[in-house]
Amino acid sequence: MKNKNIMLSLLLTFMKVGFFTFGGGYAMIALIDSECVEKKKWITSDEMMDVTAVAESTPGPIAINAATYVGYKQAGFWGSLIATFGIVFPAFLIMYIVSMFLGHFMEIPLIASAFKGIKVAVGILILSAGIKMLKRMWKKMKKQGKKLPLVFAVCGFAAMLIIDIFALEFSPFYLILIAGALGFLSFRKGGVPKNQGGDTQ
Amino acid sequence: MIYLELFLAFLKIGSVAFGGAYGAIPLIQEVVLSHSWVDPETFIYFIAVSETTPGPIMVNLATYVGHQQGGFLGAVLATVGVVLPSFIIILLVTAVFRGFLKNKNIQAILKGLKPAIIGIIIATGAFIIFDNMMSGALVLHSAIDWHGAIILGILTLAIVLHRKIFKKSPSPILLIVISACLGMAFC
Repeated sequence: MKNKNIMLSLLLTFMKVGFFTFGGGYAMIALIDSECVEKKKWITSDEMMDVTAVAESTPGPIAINAATYVGYKQAGFWGSLIATFGIVFPAFLIMYIVSMFLGHFMEIPLIASAFKGIKVAVGILILSAGIKMLKRMWKKMKKQGKKLPLVFAVCGFAAMLIIDIFALEFSPFYLILIAGALGFLSFRKGGVPKNQGGDTQ
Repeated sequence: MIYLELFLAFLKIGSVAFGGAYGAIPLIQEVVLSHSWVDPETFIYFIAVSETTPGPIMVNLATYVGHQQGGFLGAVLATVGVVLPSFIIILLVTAVFRGFLKNKNIQAILKGLKPAIIGIIIATGAFIIFDNMMSGALVLHSAIDWHGAIILGILTLAIVLHRKIFKKSPSPILLIVISACLGMAFC
């Protein structure tokens, strides 16, 4: 293990990020950026961009990916373990306490009708997160002059909607695997394979 | 054995959840519904609770489902399960395979994967809103539920106004609080 100060500092910094960011994902990236790049200078701003890119290309919560990366850069394996623990622990603790009290919440009539409204908000939140990602993808697509990603997005959208509407027992896991396989086939050569991929689901 | 099931289910989610929490929601939904750990209504409620508590949404959901199904150990195992794949993958990518993500084949897979997930996320959100406006269990055989439609209208108006006045979208917490009040008022 490296010196104790770094370990403690990693733990406290990521716990702080874990405690004070609501809404997950990119809100946490912003706070990690201000803590690790501006205040602590653990990584450079370029590295932070790299981390975000890597986090987007790997599965799992984006903030956790970033914590693991920064922890590793600072203090190797143990650093990454401590940083990851730090960012996960607050969410775990708070959710654990909340779930002890929330068991029978839904049986209260007033809560049940509040829920009817909340469902709309959750739908809007998911929808707008998706649209935000789509806009970012759109900009990138324009820069590169490629249209194929849009075909993948539309196919993913259509397939998922069909699964939902007809209540099909087809796991979105397979959708993701199929999309990866089709991506492999159509983007592999690096050129512009115009006539393949995308027309199947 | 519930502990092993929880761990493996969330390990599976953590391994393919590209695109952050919102990409994971359809996956978590499928897993918890197919195991009948949660009913569809309660699952949406889980998401709302996760949005209003700090921390990564995926971790919140794992802890919640784990605790409901398997107490303390269940919560720990589900949380470790959802975090472990990203932890291991980031370690491998930064420490061992530095060029891994730049590999052409990996890039090709990601180029197909990411846009498709964006489509899946948008469909998931749209369906939740749509489903809330229908009164039956089967969407295709039910009438419009006006409560849901009215709440959607007011909420949309509130978002537009908030953007006009404050030049940014309302925070998820504010949106959930407003929507809860609207639900209590109209339903």
